[in-house]
Amino acid sequence: MAITTMVGARIHRREDPRLVRGLGRYADDFVRPHTAYLAVVRSPHAHARIRSIDLTEAKKAPGVVTILTAADFKKVISGAMPVAPAFVPEKKTVPDRFPIAESEVAYQGEPVAVVVADTKYHAADAAELVLVDWDPLPAVIDLEKALEAASPRAHEDLPDNIGWDTTFSPDAEAAFAAAEVVVKQRILQQRLAPTPMEPRGVLADWNGADQAMTMWLSSQNPHFIRLFIGGAMGIPETRFRVISPDVGGGFGSKISPYPEDYLVPAASKLLGRPVKWIETRTENLQNATHGRGQIFDVEIAGNRDGQLLGLKVTQYLDLGAYCGTFGAFQACACLLPGAYIWKQVASRTVGVLTNKVPTDPYRGAGRPEATHLIERILDRFCDEIGRDPAEVRRKNFIKEFPHTSPFGLVYDSGNYDGSLTRALELAGYDQFKRDQEAARARGRYLGVGISTWLEICGFGPSAATAPATGGLALTESAHVRVFPTGSVNVYVGTHSHGQGHDTTFPQIVADALGVPYDMIELRHGDTAEGPSFGYGTYGSRSLAVGGMAVLKAAHKVRDKARKIAAHMFEAAEEDVVFDQGQFYVKGSPENRKAFGEVAFAAYGAGLPESIELGLEAVAYFDPPNFVWPFGAHICMVEVDPETGGVEMLKYVAVDDCGNVINPMIVEGQIHGGIVQGIAQALFEEVVYSEDGTLRTGTLLDYSVPTANEIPPLTLDRTITPTPTNELGVKGIGEAGTIAASAAVINAICDALAPLGIHHVDMPASPDRLWKQIQEAKA
Amino acid sequence: MKHRISVTLNGQQREDEVEPRLLLVHYLRDVAGLTGTHVGCDTSQCGACTVHQDGKAVKSCTVFAVQADGHEVKTIEGMAAHDGALHPIQQAFWDEHGLQCGYCTPGFIMAAAYLLEQNPNPTDDEIRKGLEGNLCRCTGYVNIVKSVSAAAKAMAGTAAQPAHTAPVAGE
Repeated sequence: MAITTMVGARIHRREDPRLVRGLGRYADDFVRPHTAYLAVVRSPHAHARIRSIDLTEAKKAPGVVTILTAADFKKVISGAMPVAPAFVPEKKTVPDRFPIAESEVAYQGEPVAVVVADTKYHAADAAELVLVDWDPLPAVIDLEKALEAASPRAHEDLPDNIGWDTTFSPDAEAAFAAAEVVVKQRILQQRLAPTPMEPRGVLADWNGADQAMTMWLSSQNPHFIRLFIGGAMGIPETRFRVISPDVGGGFGSKISPYPEDYLVPAASKLLGRPVKWIETRTENLQNATHGRGQIFDVEIAGNRDGQLLGLKVTQYLDLGAYCGTFGAFQACACLLPGAYIWKQVASRTVGVLTNKVPTDPYRGAGRPEATHLIERILDRFCDEIGRDPAEVRRKNFIKEFPHTSPFGLVYDSGNYDGSLTRALELAGYDQFKRDQEAARARGRYLGVGISTWLEICGFGPSAATAPATGGLALTESAHVRVFPTGSVNVYVGTHSHGQGHDTTFPQIVADALGVPYDMIELRHGDTAEGPSFGYGTYGSRSLAVGGMAVLKAAHKVRDKARKIAAHMFEAAEEDVVFDQGQFYVKGSPENRKAFGEVAFAAYGAGLPESIELGLEAVAYFDPPNFVWPFGAHICMVEVDPETGGVEMLKYVAVDDCGNVINPMIVEGQIHGGIVQGIAQALFEEVVYSEDGTLRTGTLLDYSVPTANEIPPLTLDRTITPTPTNELGVKGIGEAGTIAASAAVINAICDALAPLGIHHVDMPASPDRLWKQIQEAKA
Repeated sequence: MKHRISVTLNGQQREDEVEPRLLLVHYLRDVAGLTGTHVGCDTSQCGACTVHQDGKAVKSCTVFAVQADGHEVKTIEGMAAHDGALHPIQQAFWDEHGLQCGYCTPGFIMAAAYLLEQNPNPTDDEIRKGLEGNLCRCTGYVNIVKSVSAAAKAMAGTAAQPAHTAPVAGE
């Protein structure tokens, strides 16, 4: 094997020089001649019937080109928006969703008309003049009330509000019957707004002469968008090009197709000119899918010596008004066992329709929820039996791999004790426990929380994911193209929106082909280039699936180059050695051909008939298994009982994502992930009023943390390669978010334990904590 | 009714007819074609649109273009030298991995430039406080604070010049 030079190196990102100069190309930076601007007229009601829409005044407004409603769009868009079936539920009500409402709206913000005008200011002005005659209907906002038989329905014609009700594994009775201790806890997961800094945006340009659509948008998966929108508009892939170049963050909220992704190209087709729509922040907070929004009823069973036996979990998931395209991926049952051995685990998920914007994946999608509940209930159990949370975790860790979980999933590799041990050392856990004791004696409330997280990612083996996605394989693709001078283009089906693929994927290719890193360019985000289909970037899959497709394509190219080199040497192929970008015949290492020389020959005259001209290859990778990153996070806090304020004293994270291609990028992903987890634990919450009005519709009300609220983070890692792929890599994009909320909340609960407070819900804001402290003292 | 304004934009004077309600950020992006200044919110929280007006950091979504009449405005496109050499703050964001998706970055760099002018040698806490008008969703701010700190040192002439493309084996 060649000596690794690039893989593992801290290479600075090659996308940065243009981004720091302000020369990025985000959706709103694209301009087409004669563009019209679109504004969306949205429902102010959570649930209402549309009696009529009066366009008279709006049509007279300056600059208006046209105003379109559902009837117009039905001429160019057919079918309902897609919903992945996911996990074959026992009962399922999936309301059909057309991108624009015709007679009934089911959440505040649902589109009812669009205004197209010569400028964005004129479009916004005229949208204010569209008069809709509303007939408000009772709205169902509260998740639990939605389950009551007498509840209003989220849609008038539904039999009830139950989207699905699925039991994965009904039975944990034997484990519970044998247990010395059973602890129950209800755990809430508030709704969150993903809030990428770039809101969504679409520019569509219909070319009538070619009957072809070009669409620029802020998306994590342009191929998906082409598949769904092209399908709904009856335009084949050959004439539907989706370009998603620089994207200002996604966090899961730019995976599924949105109403505007249909309406903007449809408007362009109807008008025969380019149309642009750029989302405002308020539209983003109101209409981009939310994450989480769940209630868990959890029961844990075990023995007084710390032995875990059984777990029962019921999840109630707030679907919102429609099932999000990938909303069911939030049903987190498969990760419930966490990093521990159990006798039995029972779980049930209930998807509930409400009159709110749909929920869909948000960084972690199901796995932060699973980790939070397991790590939280474990600490409740430790409370009950009076044992140290680190000790109980150690006692129950899975230690042998591969390990088959109660759900039949195979954990690839792990060293859970290793990462916990390192994290405890770095955090100074034992000393902190002593300091905590002393502080308590002085009336101060210090606490430490542990989260020994586990993640399932690298979606996904097609055999496992196809039933959940409705046949989509979630494999990944790459095309490696070597030019005659030896420079290399790599096209991929994944999409980079901050993850640094422009840098890491060429690192892999540089090693695989021995070509200088600077001669390799990565291209992504344009469906007109590269492989015919890719599944995009989410679920920490890009490296473990997409990176493997890149490696596989590079190896195909290398093998072809070896054939050509053999011809050049007039030697047998099996006698040709490839060593760091150079070929030679066994025994004659002094006579070498560089990769570039072979590339030139690949396009030249004189190749025998048995060797096809050219040096390029396409590869698809379907992983044989998921990958399972893990780690240990430890948070230390002090809670002020007078104000309910939480001061974060220390945060330590020891993570393991297998082999690391670029440590700098891995650390950056962990930093950002942790802060989103801390943000859920302490600050963020989407709030609706009882009538379904969004009360957190600006960044004044929805509290994304600033640099001021975030403590310094201490990172380290262990390296346990996965046997699932040749690179030995797992995923790291969501790890921080998956781990962090439990560490923070466990620390707060530990701090408040002397007051008899055993559980705190999120966000643990000062007002919520202060009230809980007052009640505990009373 | 349109108003004629005269703005010195990144050192070059230009005159335009603008509506009185046109926001400075839209003037910069849509009239002057400088798309490095971004819009991330409607309420002046996110700071993605931060530019300098007469040397002071302002949020250009909260300034009308007519208010820039007769003033100097500097955007992210005006930070690098004419020969393309990065400003030390841009360089530091690159070196320290201070950006991921890059959308908030121009605003952070402009805010940081003003911060360092006011306080050339800030502590990490002062950097955090000084940048509280800017939001980043990717980095967790860890490497942004490092970047600004490194830039301060570079601007004081004490930092070694980094090399970028040279690979470092292992760590």
